[in-house]
Amino acid sequence: MPFSTQSETGDDQYILVANLDNVRNLSNILKAIHFKDHATCFATKNGIKMTVENAKCMQANAFIQAGIFQEYTIKEDSVVFRINLTVLLDCLTMFGTSALPASSTALRMCYMGYGHPVTLFLEEGGVVTVCKIHTQEPEETLDFDFCSTNVINKIILQSEGLREAFAELDMTSEVLQITMSPDKPYFRLSTFGDAGSAHLDYPKDSDLMEAFHCSQTQTNRYKLSLLKPSTKALALSCKVSIRTDNRGFLSLQYMIRNEDGQICFVEYYCCPDENIDETEL
Amino acid sequence: MRFRAKIVDVSCLSHFSRIVNTISRLAKTCTLRLADDKLYFILSDKVANGGVSMWCELQQGNFFDEFQMEGVSAEHNDIYLEFMPENLSRALKTAQNAKTVKIKLTKKHCPCLTLAVELPSLSASSRIVTHDIPVAVIPRKLWSDFREPSVPDFDVSVYLPALKTMKSVVERMKNLSNYVIIEANRNGEMNLKIETDLVSVTTHFKELGSPPWVFDDATQSSSQDRDPETMAEARVDIRKLQQFLAGQQVNPTKAICNIVSKRIVHFLLLHEDVSLQYFIPALA
Repeated sequence: MPFSTQSETGDDQYILVANLDNVRNLSNILKAIHFKDHATCFATKNGIKMTVENAKCMQANAFIQAGIFQEYTIKEDSVVFRINLTVLLDCLTMFGTSALPASSTALRMCYMGYGHPVTLFLEEGGVVTVCKIHTQEPEETLDFDFCSTNVINKIILQSEGLREAFAELDMTSEVLQITMSPDKPYFRLSTFGDAGSAHLDYPKDSDLMEAFHCSQTQTNRYKLSLLKPSTKALALSCKVSIRTDNRGFLSLQYMIRNEDGQICFVEYYCCPDENIDETEL
Repeated sequence: MRFRAKIVDVSCLSHFSRIVNTISRLAKTCTLRLADDKLYFILSDKVANGGVSMWCELQQGNFFDEFQMEGVSAEHNDIYLEFMPENLSRALKTAQNAKTVKIKLTKKHCPCLTLAVELPSLSASSRIVTHDIPVAVIPRKLWSDFREPSVPDFDVSVYLPALKTMKSVVERMKNLSNYVIIEANRNGEMNLKIETDLVSVTTHFKELGSPPWVFDDATQSSSQDRDPETMAEARVDIRKLQQFLAGQQVNPTKAICNIVSKRIVHFLLLHEDVSLQYFIPALA
């Protein structure tokens, strides 16, 4: 508890205080959504949600539940601010990123409220770094209105299955077409690149398939450039849930186990690229 | 002018390579001074280098099995050569498991340092790789440009913290700012600070201790009667500091930082008989 001594004095002024014994439990998960410079941070008593958006048609959320932190105090119902994620990550990894168990960096994160900077105290081996990161006016984030009652198809895969597929995707294709169906081909990923089309099918009874709930055949296309950043989360995750709703919106939920064995989630929403003609299929 | 030397021992060779690697990361071109008992790698402060200077000194006897040199004259028994350390570093890379490395000053189409690397071979005949590294011989009248810098009359002198930690911190800070303020006091505290429109970051190092400098000169004692709490600070180009920390492969047994307030930061790395000094000027 490196910060216990100084926490007695000035804590009243902060509306949000979060302590973490291992800063990588936060930095690793934030790296998974780091594809734009800015993020919006929402904190409630349940924990912290960081949101990053791209092109008004995709959104990534990282959830760090209150339980992940060794200490988590919030004095208001909700706290919102916008922050430069690139700067935040540089600060969080100030003492390096190596995962040596001997050297874990402790973090204390404090926020005084609207208009104030986020203050980070990082400590490793007796060396202390204090960072004050300026916050910005929060921007309205997209509401994808992705409601579980509207979900038509849902598949839970072990991430290794999807990792391979994403590593081999034909990046010359502009889109990734996802087909989910109660009948053959069940779950198909297709690309249409310079060298031709590629289809990758997952059988329903594959070992990688943890759950398969498809009620209706759906084929949607998503911009590959928008999905590509999600591979950062995929790389860290152990399971992924792939869902589509009645509008063809895609939700990818990645279950990530951190170094202390706790579970966190990173979620991506993506709009379909276009309505494809039935005849094209 | 004559120079020939030979390295046989593997550990001497790898130690020498590490030093040359370090130099090559700190300076594009530098001066090699060969003396009877010592070798010097010198980078003198020129505006083109951002005012950075370097002085690295090694005892030839600890590296070379044979070392013969004849300077320009009996009273000036030195050779000064200008060369690109990267060339030497690359040549030494091929010599990693060499049986012997011979270094000679030769006259080919231009003056060269010629490295003859004898590699282990399975057959009776030996394999020899030769590298010619072009050098420029520095005439006697310019030698005075390469005099050993004196230890500045510093305000504060502290031991550096673990270089690995410092390197990691400075590398992140470099992403955030172009300048860093180095400050330290006589209590053995040192801070690295950056401040930009987006963020301010301060890293505090404590209990670093002060090196026991002994001065025979009374004027050098300004640091002695200084308030131990007061910080001496210098704002420097963060890339110069980062280069120095990333480049050094000396694994020093002692690392010291001397600060002349608002003027210069002087780093001194000691590893057995090798000393590396690096000077970064303060910016306004």
